Amino acid sequence: MDLITVREIRVPRTREEISFAPGEIPLGGGTWLFSEVQEGITGLVDLTGLGWQPIEVTDENLVVAATCTIAEFSRLPAQDGWTAHPLISQCVNSLLASFKIWNVATVGGNICTSLPAGPMISLAAALDATAVIWTIDGHERRMPIASFVTGVRENELAPGEILRAIEYPLENLRSRTAFRRIALSTLGRTGTLVIGRLDADGSLVVTISGGTYRPRQLRFDELPDRGALASAVASIHEWYSDAHGAPDWRHAMSAKFAEEIRIELGGIA
Amino acid sequence: MKFEINGESVETTPLPGQVLRTVLRGLDHFEVKKGCDAGDCGACSVLVGGEPVHSCIYPAHRLEGAQVTTVQGLGTPEHPHPLQQSFVDAAGFQCGFCTAGMIVTASTFTEEDKDDLPRLMKGNICRCTGYRSIKDAICGVTNTDHAAAGQAAGSSVRAPAGMRIATGREEYTLDLKTTSLLHLAILGSPHAHARILSIDTSAAEAMEGVQLVLTHLDSPGVLFSTGRHEHRTDDPDDTLVMDPVLRFRGQRVAAVVADTVALAQLAVKVIAVEYEVLPAVFDPDVARAPGAPQLHAEKGEESRIGDPTRNTVAEAHGHIGDVEAALEASAATVSGTWTTQRISHAALETHGTRGWLDKEGRLVLRTSSQVPYLVRDELCHIFGLERDTVRVFAARVGGGFGGKQELLTEDLVALAVLRTGRAVQYELTREDQFRIVPVRHPMRINVTLGASSDGVLTAFSVDQLMDAGAYGNHSIGVMFHSIGESIALYRCANKRVDAQSVYTNNPPSGAFRGYGLGQVIFAVESAMDELARTLGIDPFEMRRINTIVPGDPMIGHAVEEESDLLYGSYGLDQCLDLVETALSSGRGLDAPTGPTWRVGSGMGLAMIASMPPRGHFADTTIALQPGGRYDIGVGTAEFGNGTTTVHTQLAASALNTTVDRVSIRQSDTDIVGHDTGAFGSAGVVVAGKALHAASTSLNALMVERAASLGFPDGVVEADGVRSGDRLVTAAELLESGPLVAIGYHDGTPRTVAFNAHAFRVAVDTASGEVRILQSVQAADAGNVLNPEQLRGQIEGGTAQAIGTALYEEVILDGEGTVLTAAFRNYHVPQMADIPDTEVFFAETHDVTGPLGAKSMSEAPYNPVAPALANAIRDAIGTRPFELPMSRDRLWRLTSGLPVRNPHLA
Repeated sequence: MDLITVREIRVPRTREEISFAPGEIPLGGGTWLFSEVQEGITGLVDLTGLGWQPIEVTDENLVVAATCTIAEFSRLPAQDGWTAHPLISQCVNSLLASFKIWNVATVGGNICTSLPAGPMISLAAALDATAVIWTIDGHERRMPIASFVTGVRENELAPGEILRAIEYPLENLRSRTAFRRIALSTLGRTGTLVIGRLDADGSLVVTISGGTYRPRQLRFDELPDRGALASAVASIHEWYSDAHGAPDWRHAMSAKFAEEIRIELGGIA
Repeated sequence: MKFEINGESVETTPLPGQVLRTVLRGLDHFEVKKGCDAGDCGACSVLVGGEPVHSCIYPAHRLEGAQVTTVQGLGTPEHPHPLQQSFVDAAGFQCGFCTAGMIVTASTFTEEDKDDLPRLMKGNICRCTGYRSIKDAICGVTNTDHAAAGQAAGSSVRAPAGMRIATGREEYTLDLKTTSLLHLAILGSPHAHARILSIDTSAAEAMEGVQLVLTHLDSPGVLFSTGRHEHRTDDPDDTLVMDPVLRFRGQRVAAVVADTVALAQLAVKVIAVEYEVLPAVFDPDVARAPGAPQLHAEKGEESRIGDPTRNTVAEAHGHIGDVEAALEASAATVSGTWTTQRISHAALETHGTRGWLDKEGRLVLRTSSQVPYLVRDELCHIFGLERDTVRVFAARVGGGFGGKQELLTEDLVALAVLRTGRAVQYELTREDQFRIVPVRHPMRINVTLGASSDGVLTAFSVDQLMDAGAYGNHSIGVMFHSIGESIALYRCANKRVDAQSVYTNNPPSGAFRGYGLGQVIFAVESAMDELARTLGIDPFEMRRINTIVPGDPMIGHAVEEESDLLYGSYGLDQCLDLVETALSSGRGLDAPTGPTWRVGSGMGLAMIASMPPRGHFADTTIALQPGGRYDIGVGTAEFGNGTTTVHTQLAASALNTTVDRVSIRQSDTDIVGHDTGAFGSAGVVVAGKALHAASTSLNALMVERAASLGFPDGVVEADGVRSGDRLVTAAELLESGPLVAIGYHDGTPRTVAFNAHAFRVAVDTASGEVRILQSVQAADAGNVLNPEQLRGQIEGGTAQAIGTALYEEVILDGEGTVLTAAFRNYHVPQMADIPDTEVFFAETHDVTGPLGAKSMSEAPYNPVAPALANAIRDAIGTRPFELPMSRDRLWRLTSGLPVRNPHLA
């Protein structure tokens, strides 16, 4: 929809040109920003003109620019040993939005919107990816995506900061993963989404999102038994409630999925 | 900036914050529709550089050098894109408002993609069809055919507008250019109940581009109802164009008329209002109790409110026999309380009106209405105008479902046009549709049944309570209809019915497909299923034992002394047989395997009168044109109901011609004398019957004219009248004057139609997921005039009802605020949610309808929710009492937890 309070849109081409006056916010693809009334927003700073390389693979990381479209990300071919690669497609398809939106929506935009059901948050958290943040003073800082999102529509970006990229450790992409998701309808907005990742050292991390206000991770040095996993899930007390599912149902589905994932990754029934 | 639209270079300067859709429509590309304005529905889909995007969320500042393709760029009526042709051939649309977006999206698909349609089409919502015909269209299946002269009735001919819709040429309500058009936006009440103490509009009026600010001080003092019926006294006069007392959140406080939508919306924000907040009530059970805040206490008898001091809009109480005694003596009894939720019609075209003064100074309104004549008449009443000074018309309307049998935008536009003398438009947003447009009435229904051990009903009592919301509109009619055919369907010596329709400070409820029947049928058919179960009787057999047969009186909430409701035909028995046979065929999907899945089946039944009671009127005209063409004038509207197609068929059949020779002018108060409108499923059985009569008369007039020219014993054929070897051409016939016939129908007597639905389902008790394995509906529609269209109505009704049964819910916070004001939070079924339904027709021929046809638009919706509930009950062993049967509710049910209101926990 038209953002009627917006008076200016700037499209910086270099980092130096990035600045935010009061009432101005960064613009990624725009598919969320333009989908709701944005009270009080007077200007947009469009980051998609910065020409960031969408996807790079370094020695240690898969680096996805915040402005990489979800469509581009979804077409990333697997490389040798990336056993976790199917997670990309699974998470992309967890978007309520259709493939047409993926052509415009960005990976960084999904993360910075910081909705509980943001599947790019689920993916990055489950792979223990790192947020690369451009600070106001021209530097960078890094933090885990799992703690970058702090609540519904809340994250660790300070005013004026922007998310530059997401670094997915290649080591974690080589882990075995299992994925479960449910919504109130077959392709509806996520009620809860649970990803398990079994690393080479035998440790397990279970990441729950969608059902919770922010991504929650349960870590185990080795595959836990049923009871240990169940009590870890039970230690999460805050379950999200909106039109996409009752909190007790989200809790129960998360517990069910966590256990299914434990079995799938080799746990003893 | 410069970019290309459909290969043509354009230069324009979008305003900051504008989206591509706004730019395209601003450049007269009206084929790009505004359905949700939020990227959810896909009606605005276009290609940018060959990639499909939702243009309503695509920032326009990125367009420099872009190549944009709309549905018009894909093909023309003369040279259509293969998909445009196949949407026409498949009848892959009803209202057609979603079609442009469907075609643009599907135009990017590969052959492989056709195996993945539910996933790929999740960003394209269709509210009308139920998606089967859209899948057919994308896959190139032809469902329509051509009929020879005189053979149109009974064949699946195409909708006349088909190719125009598929190529983006069909105009909907707001799809036209009007120079120097003003736009209207409203300030909605922030309170559920408040009185305006003062209102300062000076800051808004001082803004550049603001032409007018309206408040309650500008409102005519005439009370009216937004709900429209043939008799204006059917609905309570409790509403003002603008009221100093606000009774629900979002109600009009002020309206700004400005040069652009954005200016009007910005100006609304600077209006200063002082409110006296009043006590509010949100539960109809509390609202009807003594001491509750009263919403309309100051209104007198002239408002026709049941009891303003008790917040009752209306109530009904009736009985025959002695229910209490019968229950005492019954071998088995069943009792329960069922609840239904608020449903949004979710027609993809929002409500909107554009108004202006014509050269003669008449007020002209082009509006998304099912009832243009009734809107005109009421505007005349409100504003003290003569009928000949007002013209109201509808272009093609983008879906209705009852929501547009309501005067919601026209009054404000009329006021603004009369005050400014200029053209003014008021278009509701999707959010408005959820927050301030009336929803389907939520109801609480207690049903108690008793039966003898051989399954004969002995006692039948229904106690219904419905939340009217803040204004009465349809709440009287819906209440009476809800306790009509739902109860009359069953023969029982002892019946008692109580119903109350109660005001609350929630947003108003209104007319919705089925008009109250569906809610009560959900309860009654669930109770009937439980009773059969208790007695160990098959549910089909239970119906055979107890449903009415011709000759039985039809007794709902009252024993009517004189009724015009007849058994014009009777196909209930066939419907039961057809559905039972299909269900036992073993067809359908295999159930998922796994220890937590349970399988069950269930059925539901519904009866409906073929049209509203106490008169539904239609005038029609038909004129012979040179070349053997016919020009039809009808008053009724087309919004995907398909009546226009049927009208061409009825005329073509009566005049022994083909449908392509019949042109229709419709839904315009300038065309015919009167038409009550397109509601109550009346488009075929009232206007269609009138038109058939007119066409038959014209046939006789043509033969007569030929005889007067010396060619006796003529027979009408496609090019004129054949008399022996001589063809008297249309031109010859018209030489001695025009040939015009009129037809009229008054909507009486009425008949009854039946629908039976059955499902086989699998339910995952661990998650609450329901998978529909088989879906079957049989309809008793009389003589079927257009099988493919009828199939489409049944599939569409079924899909909408599956939405009601499993997914949809306008959720309030308990204090009158809507929490689900976008499609992303209100789940209208997507392609992935809707199974194919096997559709069967009973073979009947009705004595009342045109060529033996009955109405079949609302009816298919009504048996679906109980059939699904009964199947779920059969699967999991516990009965769901509350809609929607969402996964979280069913999971609670199978887990032994309280179900109620999970989203408010």
